[in-house]
Amino acid sequence: MAGQESATGRRVIRVPLHEVAHGRTGDKGNRVNISLIPYHDDAFPYLREQVTEAAVEEHFAAKGARAVTRYELPTFPAFNFVIDDVLEGGVNGALNLDTHGKSFAFHLLAMEVDMPEDLVLHPEKGVR
Amino acid sequence: MSGKTVHIGCGAGFAGDRWDAAVPIVATLAGRDGPRYLIYETLAERTLALAQQAKLADPTAGYSPYLERILRPVLGDAKAAGIRVVSNFGAANPTAGAAKILEMAREDGIDGLKVAVVEGDDLTAVMGESDIRSHTAVEGLEMPEGRMVAANVYLGARAIAEALALGADVVVVGRCADPALALGPLIHEHGWSMDDLDRIAAGTMCGHLLECGAQVTGGYFADPGYKDVPDFGHVGFPIAEVETDGTVTITKADRTGGLVNHRTVKEQLLYEMHDPANYLTPDVVLDITGVSIEEVGKDRVRIVGAKGKQRPPTLKATVSFEGGWLGEGEITYAGPNARRRAELAIEALRIRVRDLGTNWPLRFDLIGTVSTFDGDGGDLRAANNWDTDGEFRVRMATKGPDRQMAQWIADEVLSLYCSGPAGGGGVRHRVVPQITTASILVDRAKISATARLVGESV
Repeated sequence: MAGQESATGRRVIRVPLHEVAHGRTGDKGNRVNISLIPYHDDAFPYLREQVTEAAVEEHFAAKGARAVTRYELPTFPAFNFVIDDVLEGGVNGALNLDTHGKSFAFHLLAMEVDMPEDLVLHPEKGVR
Repeated sequence: MSGKTVHIGCGAGFAGDRWDAAVPIVATLAGRDGPRYLIYETLAERTLALAQQAKLADPTAGYSPYLERILRPVLGDAKAAGIRVVSNFGAANPTAGAAKILEMAREDGIDGLKVAVVEGDDLTAVMGESDIRSHTAVEGLEMPEGRMVAANVYLGARAIAEALALGADVVVVGRCADPALALGPLIHEHGWSMDDLDRIAAGTMCGHLLECGAQVTGGYFADPGYKDVPDFGHVGFPIAEVETDGTVTITKADRTGGLVNHRTVKEQLLYEMHDPANYLTPDVVLDITGVSIEEVGKDRVRIVGAKGKQRPPTLKATVSFEGGWLGEGEITYAGPNARRRAELAIEALRIRVRDLGTNWPLRFDLIGTVSTFDGDGGDLRAANNWDTDGEFRVRMATKGPDRQMAQWIADEVLSLYCSGPAGGGGVRHRVVPQITTASILVDRAKISATARLVGESV
């Protein structure tokens, strides 16, 4: 889809989510939640289509993510992702450095999505 | 019910927060009218276990080690302005914390300061260890092995409101749900019934927005070029203004940096939340899916529309156990061929630890490639080609039951100074005791939270 025009005639580019949305990680036990809040409200349906539970689980596969639940808040608009078993035991003596997963929101924000360029903060950062 | 505005500032979002954050909060609130409160949230899951161990060693200890540092700079001004303080800095020993506050008041010439405690969070007082262990752990973790060191229930807001009704200027709590630090004062001031679920929900949402301090005012938010925060070095801490009908306005201390806008509020509203329609607290099940968030002025955001559902029949408790020893060591390689020298160090460490005859788990990070996003297996690092030149820091971590072995393993990183690859520098290594925790749900009927006035400074 990247490089083409969307149904509404807008050019679509491929960018990291960081160009489209922001978010924050919270942890509880061996789970994290990551909020995903678009800079433009109109990005919400594009995110809903591409940042699916399956895509997020795959994105966190190296950390051992086992299940992802996506909650939708269309009026914010925002999403909330809950990712199970991703902390390698969590603050309970996991051997990794970031035992809370505090940095993980920015791992999610590195995921690439196709987006109309007017919904992107810095279209020049398109990856193709 | 009269329409009044209650002002609640938050001076700490966790135990290690900025020691002087409350100073601008108190200065701001001192210039306002009406009921005003200062809350501090200082109690992470394992902080309480450490406090419990401190109390066992010394019956006058076991409250937050930061209590004096964060409260003393504002205690006199708060009392003089009629700003009341509510905090969980009582940790494992609220009574000792209250005694410390009364001592500070006497030393600083603060007369007539009334201090109350809220008790009843210590689960071990009403339930034996085998009974506690018979509960099923939640949140994706098993009940750990090891000696149990603490078990505490998250209390709700009711006893905090009762402590305020006793006339307390400072309410010292141990474990309670973080939002209850704000909800307690709101129940006391607005006369909300615990069954007025939408009002209890609004107060809980308010507490949730405040409980992490600057996380709603630009702290933990700044991302240069994307989310810029003015005067970031002086980020102000939040103040909520709460009307009797449950309308919440979030703002911040005067003459501080930071910002409050709809984005800072949304990030914090969803922080540590799972199902946004069912956020479980001791006082209500909170539903934020229908809230409206409106910027109503510079650094002023109004939030309305929280919905409440009947509170759960159980209370969450955190159970803490001795969790063995963590050993860690780090060393840096820089310049030409640094990555290959760092990888050789990892190879040598694997051999050396194997030769110690242990099968303790090892994790290696190569900081400068990918580390925090990688799993213990290092799959992401292995799947990519990284530059050979640059700066790379090797980190090794292990854990196990025996302090001596943890030390011997960590010492292998130190030995790299003379025996490792060329040019390694900057070794740091340490061995630290671990606390592991599990969360369980206990029958609320077994728990009784009480408020008690401890004393008054003269």
